[in-house]
Amino acid sequence: MHRIARRGLALAACVTLLAATVACSGDDSGSQKESVPGVTDTEIVVGTHMPLTGPASAGYSKIAPASKAYFDYVNANGGVHGRKITYKIMDDGYNPANTQQVVRQLVLQDKVFAILNGLGTPTHTGVLDFLKTNRVPDLFVASGSRSWDQPDKYPGTFAFNPDYTVEGKILANYVKTTYAGKKVCFLGQNDDFGRDSLAGVEKILGADGLAAKQTYVVTNTNVAPQIGAFKAAGCEVVMLSTVPGFTALSIGTAARLSFKPQFVVSNVGGDLKTLNRLLGDAKGLTEGVVGANYLPMDAQADNPWIQLYQKINKDYNGGAEFDGNIIYGMSVAYLFVQALQAAGKNLTRDGLIAAVEKGGFKGPGLAPLRFAKGDHSGYGGLRMVKITAGVQDFFGPTYETDEADGPVKEYSESPAQPPANGIPTA
Amino acid sequence: MTAIQRSTLLRHLAYTAIAAVALLAVTYSLAPFRNYQLATAAAYLCATAGLTVLTGLNGQLSLGHGALMAIGAYTVALSQNRFADAGMTGNGILLASLALGVLAALLAGLVIGLAAARLRGPYLAGVTLAVAVAVPAITTVWAGVFNSDQGLSVYLEPPPAGLGYDFPLEQWQAWLALAGALLTMLLLANLVASRFGRSLRAVRDDEVAARLSGINVARTQVLAFVVSAACAGLGGGLLAVLTQSVSPGAYSLTLSLFLLIAVVVGGLGSLAGAVWGALLLVLLPDLTHSLAQQFTLSPAVAQRLEGNLPLAIFGLTLIVVMIAAPGGIQGLVRRLTRG
Repeated sequence: MHRIARRGLALAACVTLLAATVACSGDDSGSQKESVPGVTDTEIVVGTHMPLTGPASAGYSKIAPASKAYFDYVNANGGVHGRKITYKIMDDGYNPANTQQVVRQLVLQDKVFAILNGLGTPTHTGVLDFLKTNRVPDLFVASGSRSWDQPDKYPGTFAFNPDYTVEGKILANYVKTTYAGKKVCFLGQNDDFGRDSLAGVEKILGADGLAAKQTYVVTNTNVAPQIGAFKAAGCEVVMLSTVPGFTALSIGTAARLSFKPQFVVSNVGGDLKTLNRLLGDAKGLTEGVVGANYLPMDAQADNPWIQLYQKINKDYNGGAEFDGNIIYGMSVAYLFVQALQAAGKNLTRDGLIAAVEKGGFKGPGLAPLRFAKGDHSGYGGLRMVKITAGVQDFFGPTYETDEADGPVKEYSESPAQPPANGIPTA
Repeated sequence: MTAIQRSTLLRHLAYTAIAAVALLAVTYSLAPFRNYQLATAAAYLCATAGLTVLTGLNGQLSLGHGALMAIGAYTVALSQNRFADAGMTGNGILLASLALGVLAALLAGLVIGLAAARLRGPYLAGVTLAVAVAVPAITTVWAGVFNSDQGLSVYLEPPPAGLGYDFPLEQWQAWLALAGALLTMLLLANLVASRFGRSLRAVRDDEVAARLSGINVARTQVLAFVVSAACAGLGGGLLAVLTQSVSPGAYSLTLSLFLLIAVVVGGLGSLAGAVWGALLLVLLPDLTHSLAQQFTLSPAVAQRLEGNLPLAIFGLTLIVVMIAAPGGIQGLVRRLTRG
């Protein structure tokens, strides 16, 4: 009889568990009175996936808290059309498998209105189809892959960063004019990030313009073979399409091998303060590193955007160390509030997408935002930056170009001023 | 005695049918995300059940079952995408892809099993560990096929039109995964109760005695590995179908270790323990996440906890279970009902 009792107990336990889950999920759907998921008269729930831990967390883990701080600032000033913004941040550890899980949780369980600024090329690529099937707006992806700009295939997905091909062209244009005749080499992440960058670089330098090309994966933190190959090939300029951790690794490894090329670094991996934190005592190695940016930088103390962000950072972000990641996070949040304002009081998912497609947003960026019907790419250009005496600042003009064969040309329009209270209006 | 009581096969078939009906009803009452979790648990169950047979019943330790799942998953991904490119779609094709995934894992299991049958204890653990560690490297070296860390997306048909246009994808996925898990459990339950099952246990308990009784020890061990690998392959394939993507990060060494922890915590040596283990694998990270959200933590602390907390709780659970209930959850259940 014990056997039967045992089986019975096991079955009863299973049924209880299931009943509990059913009850829980019943609650979820029961509280959902509104027809638009994640939107009530007083609240908008938005979610994101971010590498708070793992190989890409260095620097990037500060982005979402900064966006949240800006939303808190907006909420404290009455919110958007009377609605407060709740920002749910989920950690995916830069692991595409985790991204699948947490984005499903955000969309299916937490019923978010939209996904904002999901970070990473390999991670976010995997959830595009899922978000499309569920008609979730997928705004301002934190990556420069060209995959985000496919309005026919993914009507709800919009980019934020200049795409890596645009960036590759602008960086290569600088390399071509400044370091003419030198041996140029390229290290890229072994995914669409590295590939898109390489495509841009080769559009300017030519298919055989690079003396050596190498790739790395974020799960292997040894780049000595790649850097060693560059040294053997006699590279004088090394272009890096790397996340911050691997920019620091590459620079540090080169120093260890007594290899001193000119480094030219992609915007996503080139924030000075992030690199300094990673390099520790060896932070002097970043001297002379060239990069590009399209948002104001913390060295510009008199820039009104920087002043606004610093104030919000102090009041709502616990005074976290102010660097490019915080500026990035707040700029994304500012653009999202602009889009919400433009979408109007009667907020729907289609309305938000239509508002972004209408475009015309002016904000902190130096380059134009390109959003239009049929164009979901983000910023269309960058300005060169250089680290001199431990300070990273802009030099030269802002450039813009396209991801095809268009020329790299100067963009002269100056960026907008922030509104007096720091909150965009409709 | 009725026929059901006399025939193991009939009894297991009856259990499976009852479970299938109950689970079918459950999928209708669950919200999509819960169905997705149920499906994930079912996919894990295929692997944990296979691992229970190998480790719990045959005494061979494998730290490489995550890799065997990866073999199944990548095979399903490549085959689904190849078929889709060739214009061949449909749910029959999906079954064919899953079968290919099982076959690929089975072959890999045969190769590893042949090596494993010659090794004991830590050496065996070492070989299987090497397999688990090799997965990311393989996807990187042959990036043209496996697309490195980014992985591949898996083509998946929408649910059959006969179910209606509003039929949730997650529920359909839950059906697929549950069907796979039930099939695995049915086959393994029969296997364990058979002569081969007794050979497995005899080899585990004393190899010399088993050999004296006329059991071919090496063959039994290789077969156990093959069966276990096939189950892991099915689990991996189903997981690929659920997430519609495969990447090395999903099948890392951590997964292999988690699988092992899950079967130990669930209760080594019984298939019911594998069920507990699979449920834990899905529910523990979820529980810790909601637990962490109950507290308002400073951003810095929250950031440090997020992602690391499930690992810590899993480890703590293992320690507590080892001390309090060495037989795992199933052992505890057994002890309570016996008293």
